[in-house]
Amino acid sequence: MSGQMEARQSAMLASMSDVPERWLTTSARDKHGTLGAPVTRMDGALKVGGRARFAAEVPLDGLTYAAVAFSTIAKGRIAALDTTAAESAPGVVLVMDYRNAPRLKLPPVMFSAPKAGAQSSLPVMQDEQIHWNGQPVAVVLAETQEQADHAVSLLRISYEAAPAVISFGAAQQNARTPEKILREPTSVAIGDAEAALAGAAFKIDLNYRTPRHNHNAIELHAATAVWQGDRLTLHDASQMVNMTSWTIAEMFGLKEAQVHVHSPYVGGGFGGKCLWTHQILTAAAARLAGRPVRLTLSREGVFRAVGGRTTTEQRVALGAKADGTLAALIHTGVAAMTTHNNCPEQFTFPARHLYAADTIKVTQQVADMNMIANTFMRGPGESVGTFALECALDELAEALQLDPIELRRRLEPEKDPTSGKAFSARHLVEAYQRGAARFGWEKRSAKPGARREGEWLLGMGVATATYPYYRQPGGAARIRLTADGRAFVQMASHEMGMGTATVQAQHAAARLGLPLDHVVFEYGDTDLPPGTLAGGSSQTASISVAIIAATQALTEELLRLAGNESPLAGLSADEVETSDGGLRAIAEPDRFESYASILGRAKRDDISAMAEAPPPSEVQTYSMHSYGVQFCEVKVNEVTGEVRVSRFLGSFDCGRILNAKTATSQFKGGIIMGLGLALMEDALFDERSGRIMNPSLAEYHVPVHMDVPEIEVMWTGIPDPKAPLGAHGIGEIGITGVGAAVANAVYNATGRRIRELPITLDKLL
Amino acid sequence: MTPFTYARAQDAQTAIQLAGAAPAARYLGGGTNLVDLMRETIETPDALVDVTGLSQAIEARDDGSILIGAAVKNTALAAHRAVRQHFPLLSRAILAGASGQIRNMATVGGNILQRTRCLYFYDDAARCNKRSPGAGCDAREGFNRMNAILGASDACSATHPSDMCVALAALDATLHLAGAEGTRRIKLVELHRLPDDQPDIETILRPHELITAVELPALPFAARSTYRKVRDRASYAFALVSAAAALDVAADGTIRDVRLALGGVAPKPWRAFKAEAMLRGAPATAAAFRTAAEAELAEAVGLSGNSFKIELAKRVITATLTELAGGVA
Ligand SMILES: Cc1cc2nc3c(=O)[nH]c(=O)nc-3n(C[C@H](O)[C@H](O)[C@H](O)COP(=O)(O)OP(=O)(O)OC[C@H]3O[C@@H](n4cnc5c(N)ncnc54)[C@H](O)[C@@H]3O)c2cc1C
Repeated sequence: MSGQMEARQSAMLASMSDVPERWLTTSARDKHGTLGAPVTRMDGALKVGGRARFAAEVPLDGLTYAAVAFSTIAKGRIAALDTTAAESAPGVVLVMDYRNAPRLKLPPVMFSAPKAGAQSSLPVMQDEQIHWNGQPVAVVLAETQEQADHAVSLLRISYEAAPAVISFGAAQQNARTPEKILREPTSVAIGDAEAALAGAAFKIDLNYRTPRHNHNAIELHAATAVWQGDRLTLHDASQMVNMTSWTIAEMFGLKEAQVHVHSPYVGGGFGGKCLWTHQILTAAAARLAGRPVRLTLSREGVFRAVGGRTTTEQRVALGAKADGTLAALIHTGVAAMTTHNNCPEQFTFPARHLYAADTIKVTQQVADMNMIANTFMRGPGESVGTFALECALDELAEALQLDPIELRRRLEPEKDPTSGKAFSARHLVEAYQRGAARFGWEKRSAKPGARREGEWLLGMGVATATYPYYRQPGGAARIRLTADGRAFVQMASHEMGMGTATVQAQHAAARLGLPLDHVVFEYGDTDLPPGTLAGGSSQTASISVAIIAATQALTEELLRLAGNESPLAGLSADEVETSDGGLRAIAEPDRFESYASILGRAKRDDISAMAEAPPPSEVQTYSMHSYGVQFCEVKVNEVTGEVRVSRFLGSFDCGRILNAKTATSQFKGGIIMGLGLALMEDALFDERSGRIMNPSLAEYHVPVHMDVPEIEVMWTGIPDPKAPLGAHGIGEIGITGVGAAVANAVYNATGRRIRELPITLDKLL
Repeated sequence: MTPFTYARAQDAQTAIQLAGAAPAARYLGGGTNLVDLMRETIETPDALVDVTGLSQAIEARDDGSILIGAAVKNTALAAHRAVRQHFPLLSRAILAGASGQIRNMATVGGNILQRTRCLYFYDDAARCNKRSPGAGCDAREGFNRMNAILGASDACSATHPSDMCVALAALDATLHLAGAEGTRRIKLVELHRLPDDQPDIETILRPHELITAVELPALPFAARSTYRKVRDRASYAFALVSAAAALDVAADGTIRDVRLALGGVAPKPWRAFKAEAMLRGAPATAAAFRTAAEAELAEAVGLSGNSFKIELAKRVITATLTELAGGVA
């Protein structure tokens, strides 16, 4: 890192005046702590050694195994369901269907209440109605998985089909405008953008299409449920343990405290490991059988019963003046959704914050279909929204005969273009400059099709990446300090392989002035203080703030306990800082007492303190976003149309990076998923049946190693002065912009604009 | 999966006897295809006769021919020295297929008899004439991007997905068969049937007839041969179009002999007899290759989602042969 950059970074840290000072780690702590260092994931050895027990691996006495039957029609009712043969098959304990399933209340769908976590509000196996092709219609429990799998094939089910909405085109005829897009207004209008577009000197007006994607984490969705009286323990693979607990409690008529959710390891989340029907069915079947139940969805089951990214059709229109500045920016479109979920795929979000324009129009609609409820999937909205917007900018740059990076520089806004708020931190132009230098952007030929190696045409493309900074309201952390100077930091948060537990241990160690190996971060269990959902790249900020609050509370407790005999006697919490395994007076560094000494004098084994995170007021005041630039080089085979990505660089601006190693993995993982989005991912939804026809990893393509070139990532590392630790969550931003960077590179290589994902070779022949 | 019995045979005779004793017995090779289909309850054998104990020998003979035991693993065949030297197209075809792990399990016999990957064949909620004769075909108007453009019928457009077989077809491989009625030999290109109105009958094998070996006749000019596979990702994907080719060009630039077979385009490994006949004696030029490709695909018919394969196949043939001729496409 350049000296100049370091100076920028410390200046930024020093300027964090209007956020609580405690949100920073002080410079002394920075010096001694490991924040930012490439610390290896603490759960790595456990996982590599096979010692981490996932939800489908919990050993239990008397366990039964479940297999699920899925509907084969998209709408209608079950006409007959004959369980006789299945029930008499070897090892079968019972068959559950809508006739004998425990009565459950309707699932509280996400956003309908603060802790509502269901992905759909449809009843779960309570009646004979069918709402999508793939809906679970029966669960077979048996003594072994094989017996259950066999018995489920013996169920005889017939249906009475009703007309279903399974064509996106037809559904768009009845598209509706939802009240809100997540928590944002559905439409934003600044001036008359259509009129400005009509009168613009340069204009483009284009449509883009993106397909359905399915969640395909390597760990299959699984749950193990045990009832003890009216108490349920659910071993889940979850990115929202508290919401799962509350929602299941509501459905079963229990108190939240009666539903204990345990989820220490999650083999990939990406938005897919929320509350679907399989966990509810596991709990219901365990109740019915009076025995513990394990339900692991097959890979096909994941396609049938877990939603993914929905399909979109988007319009981007840009009107520009001769100097490249925008007279009009329009981004509209429609996404497929259902009447029973609330996930409109916020593809217009990037256009609300990225570029300056005289007039702006963004709005989006949903088209209701009979399909598995769609859901959040890494970079929801932004991943496909940036595809449309950033491809359109590339087309505009060409129309203006401007370098695409120069065009974006000219569009850099001073404040948020739609909300008018000040940016908390934004160094996108810098990320462009540094990335371009590193990638060798100057080697790009402005004219398409100009570079060739044998049969292969070479091209370069670029696109902006962006994702909002979110912090979820709620959440609390408890810190327990023991007499031997160890800290146990507890919060029901989630580690799905991102590195959260490691990073928060680093954070807590720095904050408490302890060595890293003296800190244990405990998470993934509803017996701990409540966490927030791990989604929207929000967890890092949410946990950090709770730990900061808990440290403050702990400091107060420690001072109380230290009493009058302590060198710290008489000092308030604001007058001390944590350091070297104890507390030190800020003004008089010689006044120090270690935690061990404080606890020892009080004859205490441990001390703990818990505090809630303050509400996320920072996002009310500022426009807070992460940024990045995706640079891509592709080779396109002139004979066959095959596209191979040959080089990739992501240059990010996401505040301060808390762990260089886990951050690199997150960025790279997002980019790889983005290559899949650009080139191959496509859940084939048969519009005659509403059925996904490629529910297997053999036919649903994600990138294999040979599809992934060497990927470089870099970052500005400039802290966001308004965010806790100066940091942003970074799980999602890596996938955004990748689709456009690849498409723009394909254009640069071939002169062909592909406006419909994925970019398969037939589109280039 | 439906319950079944399992027995292992060490020789062909025992295998045939064991299979004959159960009405719906199946031979089990590496199981990488059969077991998948059993999990989907598309195949429901009552007995499995494991034939991986049969010959795993690869015998390179002095006359340049090679005899390959049916239980030889795909990986072993691709790695064999004589194969790599004399029949490089075969090594390349095998290595272009599936993944390292699958090739380690898969046998030569199983690879030849693997079944189609048509999406509607794999989903028992869909209509499929191959699975349920007379039921109809949902692929015709559905997702048929991977389906056949040559040799298909109204009843079925499923492709044979093997890469290895494309090379075997080009090499004029002979299969050694054994069954209740004794042993016989057939050409690989005669094994698979075109679907016509009976897509459920995929080969000319008699009930429980076993493949015991594959024989490659000597073909000196196959030392100059290759396999080119076009697919939707860089590895681990079935062919959209593939070509196995060997070329023998005389000093004057005319083609003395040529072998050409296509994959991903037909219900069977497609030997391009028409193109071969046109090319023998013709100049080894890109123009001649393109003309031959046009002729071979003259009768190709595209469906809603796979018409692009017609032009793609022509290009792949032209480029592959041009490369073998030492030129640039
Ligand atoms: C994810 C995935 C990707 C794949 N990708 C490719 C690819 O890109 N290219 C490609 O070519 N292949 C691909 N394959 C297919 C793979 O090559 C086949 O599954 C494999 O070759 C089958 O061999 P096996 O020994 O496992 O056969 P099995 O599954 O054991 O048997 C297949 C069939 O052959 C019969 N059989 C086996 N041995 C004999 C015998 N000696 N005599 C008579 N009948 C016999 C069996 O009864 C069965 O009907 C892929 C497979 C998978 C699962």
